[in-house]
Amino acid sequence: MGSLVIQNVQKSFGKVEVLKGIDLDVKDGEFVVFVGPSGCGKSTLLRIIAGLEDASSGAVLIDGANVINTPPAKRGIAMVFQTYALYPHLNVRDNMSLGLKQAGTAADVIATRIASASAMLSLDPYLARRPAELSGGQRQRVAIGRAVVREPKLFLFDEPLSNLDAALRVNTRLEIAQLHRRLKATMIYVTHDQVEAMTLADKIVVLNAGQIEQIGAPMELYNAPANEFVAGFIGSPKMNFIDGARLGETAKTIGVRPEHITVDPANGDWKGTVVHAEHLGADTNVYLDCEKAGLITVRIFGEYRVEPGATLCATPHPGKLFRFGADGKRLAG
Amino acid sequence: MTAARASLGRTAAAHAILIAYTLIALFPVLLIVINSFKSRNAIFREPLMPPTAETFDLVGYTTVWGQGNFIGYFGNSLTVTVASLFFVLLFGAMAAFALSEYRFRGNTMMGLYLALGIMIPIRLGTVAILQLMVASGLVNTLTALILVYTAQGLPLSIFILSEFMKQVSDDLKNAGRIDGLSEYRIFFRLVLPLVRPAMATVAVFTMIPIWNDLWFPLILAPSEQTKTVTLGAQIFIGQFVTNWNAVLAALSLAIVPVLVLYLIFSRQLIRGITSGAVK
Ligand SMILES: Nc1ncnc2c1ncn2[C@@H]1O[C@H](COP(=O)(O)OP(=O)(O)OP(=O)(O)O)[C@@H](O)[C@H]1O
Ligand SMILES: [Mg+2]
Repeated sequence: MGSLVIQNVQKSFGKVEVLKGIDLDVKDGEFVVFVGPSGCGKSTLLRIIAGLEDASSGAVLIDGANVINTPPAKRGIAMVFQTYALYPHLNVRDNMSLGLKQAGTAADVIATRIASASAMLSLDPYLARRPAELSGGQRQRVAIGRAVVREPKLFLFDEPLSNLDAALRVNTRLEIAQLHRRLKATMIYVTHDQVEAMTLADKIVVLNAGQIEQIGAPMELYNAPANEFVAGFIGSPKMNFIDGARLGETAKTIGVRPEHITVDPANGDWKGTVVHAEHLGADTNVYLDCEKAGLITVRIFGEYRVEPGATLCATPHPGKLFRFGADGKRLAG
Repeated sequence: MTAARASLGRTAAAHAILIAYTLIALFPVLLIVINSFKSRNAIFREPLMPPTAETFDLVGYTTVWGQGNFIGYFGNSLTVTVASLFFVLLFGAMAAFALSEYRFRGNTMMGLYLALGIMIPIRLGTVAILQLMVASGLVNTLTALILVYTAQGLPLSIFILSEFMKQVSDDLKNAGRIDGLSEYRIFFRLVLPLVRPAMATVAVFTMIPIWNDLWFPLILAPSEQTKTVTLGAQIFIGQFVTNWNAVLAALSLAIVPVLVLYLIFSRQLIRGITSGAVK
């Protein structure tokens, strides 16, 4: 059990409107990721769901019940924070059990839940340690464990991986994915890392300036972005946007993803000069200054030897062009 | 400091300066302590000499002791200082938490109002305070002193503590809320331990002026039962004759309790002072 419905939630801090009417439907067991640029209101929305912040107006329903007046501890949620937020004076076991003790859970239930959570997250060797005696990755696993033992209807994650180094991030990401598969719990996850969003989510919610730009499965957002913002936000390197008039199109802007362009030294639609090339091993990103299309990025799979100053011709894949109108919305076809 | 960054010359110079400063700072205190162990004549003839076999004299201490009430004065000073310190820290921390944690109308105004006391000395209000104490029948009680000192210590304590409390991670407090801790538990169990160094700093800066104060004991509680040490020592300073042995002995004794309290807080104090500088 753990469905979530958000109805027209608005939030202002003083005169500043941070959330401008959010509507969202999350089904039981779904993994939903909120992405968006910094300051767009992701954390604020998550904190409203958790009850740490009051919405200015609107309703939050967990399992059909409006929880707007329910304190955080009674909402059946658990939250994992970016800064781990472990209690510094308690050891790992007590950190995980505090919430259950507060709720008056029986001691034997607490013991079995901690045993299973610590086995799941390989925390057994650390149960007696204080947070100060753990590494960053271990701390974040404890924070996840603290959420797991509460057996919440809803898991909330606020950028849980952004304080970890790259290798650890991949591992912990896998752990969270496995956790979701095993617990089949509803999870809401805030990040501004695209890879996390694409790999973890059943459904991505793209937020911008306090509004939802689009909701959809990862590939839906990639293949059929609703507007220019989503098209530019999902995918890396970023989609190329070209003024429609330069290409003789009626649409205001034409978008084409860097991976949907092929290059050839001699033949192609857009002739240009190489400005810079990034060799990543598996991919090569070439920045090309084209006469017709302006500066574009091309992503070539595998190694591609090219020097700045060389001339290349770029050709977009047919059928992979996105057309956007003056209002930023994607035009059909 | 690592070996790579230490140079002998610099270390020596730094130590020389610090030692010189320590000597200058401790000299007057030392002078009081050594002279308190000398006879009256020796105090005037050779004030800078340590007591020798023939100048050694405990007459100061016996006079103070013989005065009878001195133990009582010490008790009063200690009661007033410890009780005021307790209330300053408790209410100061609570107010600081409210100011730094909760958004409410007039938050900034309230903060400024509470900080006003740092700039305006409470002694300006002596007359009004005296009238208040007379009206409420608190003259010549330790309660009067405790109330005044609590009011005197609160502004600085709120100011310093709210700065430190703003640095306590929001996530930690929120984690507590999600785990169902009450705001009181969050305050006492999560926040207070993290601002302990700041509390020690505030404690030391609050305690010393209270212990040393002569003004309010003289005005609000000069009776024999409620005299504090500083006030009690005044009986030896006459208009025409001053019993220097007794004054010096009383002052030397008065150092001991503050020293003990200071030692209790000092480790935290140093952490509190340096954490501001290092971060
Ligand atoms: N307590 C507050 N008072 C005033 N404004 C606030 C407060 N908290 C957040 N804001 C504002 O609300 C907006 C959204 O903040 P929020 O923390 O939700 O952003 P975010 O999307 O989580 O960004 P990030 O990715 O950087 O974490 C920001 O512009 C921020 O300045
Ligand atoms: Mg955020």
